[in-house]
Amino acid sequence: MNRRLAAWIVNGLLLGLAGVTLFPLLWMVAASLMPAGESGTYPPPLVPGHPTLDNYRELFAHAGMGRYLANSVLLATAATILSLLFNVAAGYAFAKLRFTGRDRLFKGLVGALVVPSQVAMVPLFLLLKQMGLVNSYGGVIVPGMASIFGIFLVRQYALSIPNELLEAARIDGASELRIFRSIVVPLLKPIIVTLGVFTLLGTWNDFMWPLIVLTDRELYTLPVALAGLAREHVQDNELMMAGSVVTTLPVLLVFIALQRYYIEGLTVGSVKG
Amino acid sequence: MSRRAAAWWFVGPALVVIAVFFILPLLAAFALSLTDFDIYALADLSNLRFVGVRNYLQLLETPLFWHALGNTLYFVVVGVPLSIAMSLGTALLLHSRLARCKGLFRTALFAPVVTTLVAVAVIWRYLFNTRYGFLNYVLSQVGIDPVDWLGDPHWAMPAIIIFAVWKNFGYNMIILLAGLQSIPEELYEAARMDGASYLHRFLHVTLPMLSPLLVMVSILTVAGYFQMFAEPYVMTQGGPLQSTVSVLYFMYEEGFKWWSLGSASAVAFVLFLFVFCVTAVPMRIARRGLPG
Repeated sequence: MNRRLAAWIVNGLLLGLAGVTLFPLLWMVAASLMPAGESGTYPPPLVPGHPTLDNYRELFAHAGMGRYLANSVLLATAATILSLLFNVAAGYAFAKLRFTGRDRLFKGLVGALVVPSQVAMVPLFLLLKQMGLVNSYGGVIVPGMASIFGIFLVRQYALSIPNELLEAARIDGASELRIFRSIVVPLLKPIIVTLGVFTLLGTWNDFMWPLIVLTDRELYTLPVALAGLAREHVQDNELMMAGSVVTTLPVLLVFIALQRYYIEGLTVGSVKG
Repeated sequence: MSRRAAAWWFVGPALVVIAVFFILPLLAAFALSLTDFDIYALADLSNLRFVGVRNYLQLLETPLFWHALGNTLYFVVVGVPLSIAMSLGTALLLHSRLARCKGLFRTALFAPVVTTLVAVAVIWRYLFNTRYGFLNYVLSQVGIDPVDWLGDPHWAMPAIIIFAVWKNFGYNMIILLAGLQSIPEELYEAARMDGASYLHRFLHVTLPMLSPLLVMVSILTVAGYFQMFAEPYVMTQGGPLQSTVSVLYFMYEEGFKWWSLGSASAVAFVLFLFVFCVTAVPMRIARRGLPG
């Protein structure tokens, strides 16, 4: 086959597919700027005739969107910080420190990696109820503070830290905590960013668990609130599109800014593992 | 502080969290599935009774449970191959030496993966609208009559599968792309010397080199597709005629709408068994085939 023709086909296909993946997102933004009712006409309009921010105003003024946005920001940030504290320390220890039963323990954890977390949700709910954490921010964050996936990710990366470096520091009399803080953490920086982005996006996008554990509207995260609004306001296309923009734009921006780390993380977890 | 003690300070907190908030509930799920835990037991634990396998027997007689199981299998059996095919196809395109602006295309194709499932499900609900949805508009341009995507029991699941493939294929695309990039170029050179066509090179170099990764990716995707929940929750609420009720959706309603927590745990355990059978067993076989 002619090389030029092949190049046209490859790039044409890529362009078409990229159009398919981006179209719903672009349409969301366009429809969110349309006055009520405009997107429900035929043929479906692609650009707003008279762009307006009314839908956003309505969402923040009457639908409590500001509150949900604040909840989401707060929960995602807290979950990310906690998850980094727990998982980075554990992942490093599994890679570089010796303790009884380490390898058997790690194998067991990795074996549990494929268990869907939803299987544990009913008892987890009862446990958190006993602890008084149902319907609180804590109920959303606490179960995810440490994750097998996070430990696994950090461990795979930490394996590449040279032992001589750690031994030299020990001979110089540095404590384990000191070694961790001033040698290990700087070396692990790329994977820390990766895990941070994963946790941030994961917590932000999570739906089923917050739906179960939060009952007060005041505490809802964006996805839970949006799902509720979408069930109530089936006809308000434009309003719902504005809600979707508020929910999904922050994570898209975080991803675009840090995509190098995110995409590296995906391949650390699979190809090299 | 000794090194050994230090190690426990590093792993201890994470292990405690995982043990208390994951392993313990996992074991409790099985115990709970053997009880009649309901709203009365929720109020006062003395109402709790051990009922053996009664919850499981009752599930077998619940038509909705079978519906949910059938729908979920439909979603997995049709959705996963489509999803993997899209991932592989786009990974090959991005890997092609002829492709331009690879970084840009990669970001665009991957974007749906990082979006919020609930938010994009809301978007697609409107794209699927029978009267003014964009999909039917496009179809009408090529002379196809409007399809009642989310209102027709025969079309609701295909619609959700289209949506799920759009949302998920980018994830495996990235992993397969990394796999393609790790295939040694010499193998292709040798094949080219022998005069192998593109199709031949794909069938005799790319596929065999990629197959361990393809198996792994497929297993993980199957496990992921078994966890379908937000899609029907937002787009169809399980309807029409319960054609999109998934196992997890059924578990959610059973447990957190009707508060039959014993029965919901039985559903969760059945889900666990399914996922275990389709992941752990093939994974073990696949590992045996891998060197090292």
